[in-house]
Amino acid sequence: MTTPGEFYQRDRTLHPPAHTPGYKTSVARSPRYSMISLQNSVGEITGPVFGHNDIDAGDNDLIFNYAKPGESAIGERIILHGRVLDENGRPVPNTLVEIWQANAGGRYRHKKDTYLAPIDPNFGGCGRTLTDENGYYFFRTIKPGAYPWRNYVNSWRPAHIHLSVFGSGFVQRLITQLYFEGDPFLPICPIIQTIPDPEAVDQLIARLDLNATIPLDSVAYKFDVVLRGRRSTLFENRLEGN
Amino acid sequence: MAQNLNYLRETASQTAGPYVHIGLAPGAAGFDIYKQELGWDIAGPNAAGERIRVEGRVIDGMGAPIKDVLLEVWQANAAGNYAHPEGGSPVEDGFRGWGRVITDFDTGEWGFDTVKPGKTRGRNVGTQAPHLNLWIVARGINIGLNTRMYFSDEAEANATDPVLNLIEWENRRATLIAARSERDGTPVYRFDIRLQGEDETVFFDV
Ligand SMILES: [Fe+2]
Repeated sequence: MTTPGEFYQRDRTLHPPAHTPGYKTSVARSPRYSMISLQNSVGEITGPVFGHNDIDAGDNDLIFNYAKPGESAIGERIILHGRVLDENGRPVPNTLVEIWQANAGGRYRHKKDTYLAPIDPNFGGCGRTLTDENGYYFFRTIKPGAYPWRNYVNSWRPAHIHLSVFGSGFVQRLITQLYFEGDPFLPICPIIQTIPDPEAVDQLIARLDLNATIPLDSVAYKFDVVLRGRRSTLFENRLEGN
Repeated sequence: MAQNLNYLRETASQTAGPYVHIGLAPGAAGFDIYKQELGWDIAGPNAAGERIRVEGRVIDGMGAPIKDVLLEVWQANAAGNYAHPEGGSPVEDGFRGWGRVITDFDTGEWGFDTVKPGKTRGRNVGTQAPHLNLWIVARGINIGLNTRMYFSDEAEANATDPVLNLIEWENRRATLIAARSERDGTPVYRFDIRLQGEDETVFFDV
């Protein structure tokens, strides 16, 4: 008989370290002391539970969720779909997935974004959904544009969608960004370059999924998210006072 | 070659960026899109225990408050149970124990209302002092930072807390303890989080 135990230790070699001088903003915002390693207790293996009362059915359709009646967002229509899995390869069901992105011109609907590309009146730029019992999720949106940012004078972000996922335990909490296959900005992006592991970078690149494309309508990209997995407790010695 | 273990690898983290509000708090970005935003009501109307307010700033290495932080909290109720199937006994109807706040764009102040959590069970034996689990993301933070907030009026429980006692440097334990004061009859806990410097907050690799 096995019961789920702690989460596997996070593999910090595939994540960006806190201090990455090529991404300038990280310099003053990165802790300098070592983190204290903490074995999981009840507050780590548990996390918020979300249900269909929390969101609306149309929240995952960014082409229409902010559009005026009869209108829709401008841009290349895409389906973004995939599964949320854990490191054991098991689906993560009923977990909240939230995304946000720039519009087709690379402009965010945000009071702090002053890029000269225009706001699309029919595009908000965020969506959310719950995975189904197989860990599957999907969104409909438009492909975001590249945009400039003040890292170096001539820095441009590759097209990307920001993605937030919960899992079942608070230590699985993850925010990341997904990119698109074939984008020429990928190898020169200072934010992607914070990741030390090339395979971990590849795992952030959504692939064209021709089979899931809707003919004459929308191109599909597939993106699977992997969250930390949990141990099965087999023959565990319980240390006193721990 | 040995056999392949066939584990998947966790997806790498990337910074939440300056526009995290669009996705997770669109009202703050300047537009209303969802019928309800998530994470603004942590305790709900029925939770037992002391109603408290928690406030603070996140301060960067230059000593300046960061004005584009998003903070999430995960906490037990006053009886020490989390709102989760593995979280202990059932919690009050409407108690979620999870919240999400952003800092003010001008001042860098954040704050939320909740109930003070109770002691929670230890890893295997004993208890942990009342605490909030916090998770911090922002532009320039490459992977979310995990920390804990403890309560200044729980000195006895704090002294035996297994996590505080893991911290070898006793003076650093103080970075996790929020000071209690009172405003208009409501207890207010102040918790400033420092990302760098001599009094850098303790962060956990959980
Ligand atoms: Fe972005």
